[in-house]
Amino acid sequence: MLELYALAVGPLAWLAFGVFVIGSLARLFSMYSLAKKKDAAFLSYMTWRYSLRSIFHWLIPFGSLGWRENPALTVVTYVFHICLFLVPIFLMSHIVMWDTSFGFTYAALPDGLADGLTVAVMVACLFFAWRRLSLPEVRFVTSTHDWLVLVLVFSTFSTGFLAYHQIGDSLTLTTLHILCGEAMLIAIPFTRLSHMLFGFFSRGYIGSEFGGVRRAKDW
Amino acid sequence: MTTTIADRRIEDAGLEAGIARLTPEKIQKTIQAVLAGEGGARLKTYVETCVRCGMCAQACHYYMSHKDPSYAPVAKVRQTMWEILKHKGLVSPEFIHQCAQIAYTECNLCRRCMHYCPLGIDTAYIMSFVRRICHKLGVTPQYIQDTAHSHSATMNQMWVKDDEWIDTLKWQEDEARDEMPSLRIPLEVEGADFMYSVIAPEPKFRTQLIYQAAFIFNQAGVNWTMPATPGWDNSNMAMFTGDMEIMGRIEMAHFATAQRLRVKRIVMGECGHAFRAIYDVANRWLGWGMHPVPVVHSIEFFWELLNSGKIQMAKKYPGPVTIHDPCNVIRGRGLMDKLREVVHAICDGVVEMTPNREHNYCCCAGGGVINCGPPFKNVRIVGNSIKAEQLKATGVKTCIAPCHNCHGGLDDIIHKYGLGMELKFLGDIIYECMEKKGAS
Ligand code: HEM
Ligand code: HEM
Ligand code: SF4
Ligand code: SF4
Repeated sequence: MLELYALAVGPLAWLAFGVFVIGSLARLFSMYSLAKKKDAAFLSYMTWRYSLRSIFHWLIPFGSLGWRENPALTVVTYVFHICLFLVPIFLMSHIVMWDTSFGFTYAALPDGLADGLTVAVMVACLFFAWRRLSLPEVRFVTSTHDWLVLVLVFSTFSTGFLAYHQIGDSLTLTTLHILCGEAMLIAIPFTRLSHMLFGFFSRGYIGSEFGGVRRAKDW
Repeated sequence: MTTTIADRRIEDAGLEAGIARLTPEKIQKTIQAVLAGEGGARLKTYVETCVRCGMCAQACHYYMSHKDPSYAPVAKVRQTMWEILKHKGLVSPEFIHQCAQIAYTECNLCRRCMHYCPLGIDTAYIMSFVRRICHKLGVTPQYIQDTAHSHSATMNQMWVKDDEWIDTLKWQEDEARDEMPSLRIPLEVEGADFMYSVIAPEPKFRTQLIYQAAFIFNQAGVNWTMPATPGWDNSNMAMFTGDMEIMGRIEMAHFATAQRLRVKRIVMGECGHAFRAIYDVANRWLGWGMHPVPVVHSIEFFWELLNSGKIQMAKKYPGPVTIHDPCNVIRGRGLMDKLREVVHAICDGVVEMTPNREHNYCCCAGGGVINCGPPFKNVRIVGNSIKAEQLKATGVKTCIAPCHNCHGGLDDIIHKYGLGMELKFLGDIIYECMEKKGAS
């Protein structure tokens, strides 16, 4: 187990971050090339002003019709996504690892708070799972892929949580947590989680069409 | 209740004949050619980025009315494009029938779902893409295909012959001269301020609208003209069948006519889909960034006439009235404020619908759906009970809808749900209530 742990925090961690960063850039670049090649006539309507205007309205909770009409999901998804970035970046145990590897640190979230936010993410995942099972319109379009990405996020947070609370074998769980986290990072550019990369562009494009051509709002 | 498209198969002569000619191999060959030629980053991003959250369901009047998840925007994509891509185009003829039924008759391309999808996924574009594939496969509903044939042969939607067009204008001019002796419908006036264009159903069976427009323009004393050649019809059903080639020819003829007449602008009658074709879709397909000749919808033109004092109202139309916001000029052109200013100027007492403006529910006729004809009528009318409720909730008996398609769709639901409402164009009311100084 110790060897696996060493592998996970060493080479695999490099691999995961490498694939995440390079993979994301490569996917963005290749999509941009494809857009230039096949959708140039539409790309030319994209403007910063209207892209950002639309993204801005959609970043505000309840700032758009879609959010207002789905209030529960709106609250949950904001909490979920904010914590998704906040917790791993500002978690003491994570910062400690940056420190031991590269010798730099920064302000951390209090452990208790981070722990609470972790629970929030797990509850959000359960809420998403509940929607997928019980809301007919979500169930109708759900496939294995959607479950896979949800399970990836949930496992990363739940194993981290268990490891932190030293429930079960600490080394095993920490190792498992790290492997899950790495799998999730690797999955971002290549699965539906790529909405993190492309979502801003699809929103921006529609925002530009609505703002620049159709002169109407799209939120 | 959850069904799928297979549970509501509708027989249509065009669709049946189309799929009878197909095999999975032929289908695959065509689909791959369309994907290779026209599928790009937009399609790819939309299909991949959609997180299958189902938030868009409530956007769609079909879903809200049928309460069946298979009518949600994302469900339409699931039952068409995702499957096509998953099987790399190797799908059965029966599956293509399903794609056609969904894309042509269960989506109005109204773009309301873009107000619900956080990722800005353009389901209307995906449905247009599916239509494009169906068109290439020769699987299109019979009725709408007939209109595309008419466009192809005559450059108008309703098989109006070249001389019938001129005769109709002359006839309306004659009729109107009884009321205003000096009235002219000026044909082929080079260098006029604007060319007025209409959709083919106007000369075919709504000639009163041409009469009214002529009366208003004459009273306003504007410098206008209509063409005496093909290119007068601004409607474009080929845009909705997925026949981009004919769509382009129609629009080319329209713009070329305006340029031949050296007019400064094109003013269009109260039609939404025609506006979409000229303002948004076909012009771009032809390679123009915006428009070679500026394009103005009647709403905006009436607004100008009222604001410049060129026409005055003798009285206000007795209300209360409500306003239906047509997708193609509101979500498609942002004319919601001007529409309201016009209505307030000509009517007494306006009761707004909720939701309204950019968030308004579609009439469920647009996007070519009503043009698919009787076989699909019921799905469309049952599929818009939400609009009937919305109309009913206003409690008023007059609804202003500045769009031909909307009149068709709303008329159907008004009858079906016994709403007892009356539909009006802006032109109807302006003509009725304006000061008629030129009249005898
Ligand atoms: C290379 C990748 C990663 C490494 C090496 C790593 C390492 C660790 C370690 C050592 C802990 C502390 C466990 C303990 O106290 O025993 C931890 C906790 C945690 N990690 Fe990670 N992690 C990684 C990736 C991630 C990712 C990608 C996420 C989420 C997006 C994440 C979320 C968490 C959470 C939520 C906790 C628990 C916090 C709590 O309950 O207080 N980790 N991680
Ligand atoms: C800036 C980046 C991101 C933005 C703007 C964003 C935005 C969204 C939006 C708008 C939704 C749809 C609403 C919902 O179903 O909750 C969504 C869903 C989701 N996001 Fe993100 N996201 C981002 C990054 C991420 C990342 C990094 C992950 C995970 C690693 C992630 C995981 C998910 C999951 C699992 C869902 C689907 C929930 C479900 O099953 O319904 N997102 N995201
Ligand atoms: S474009 Fe309109 S009709 Fe089509 S799926 Fe979206 S909301 Fe429904
Ligand atoms: S709202 Fe957008 S992301 Fe969500 S299911 Fe509908 S199309 Fe997909």
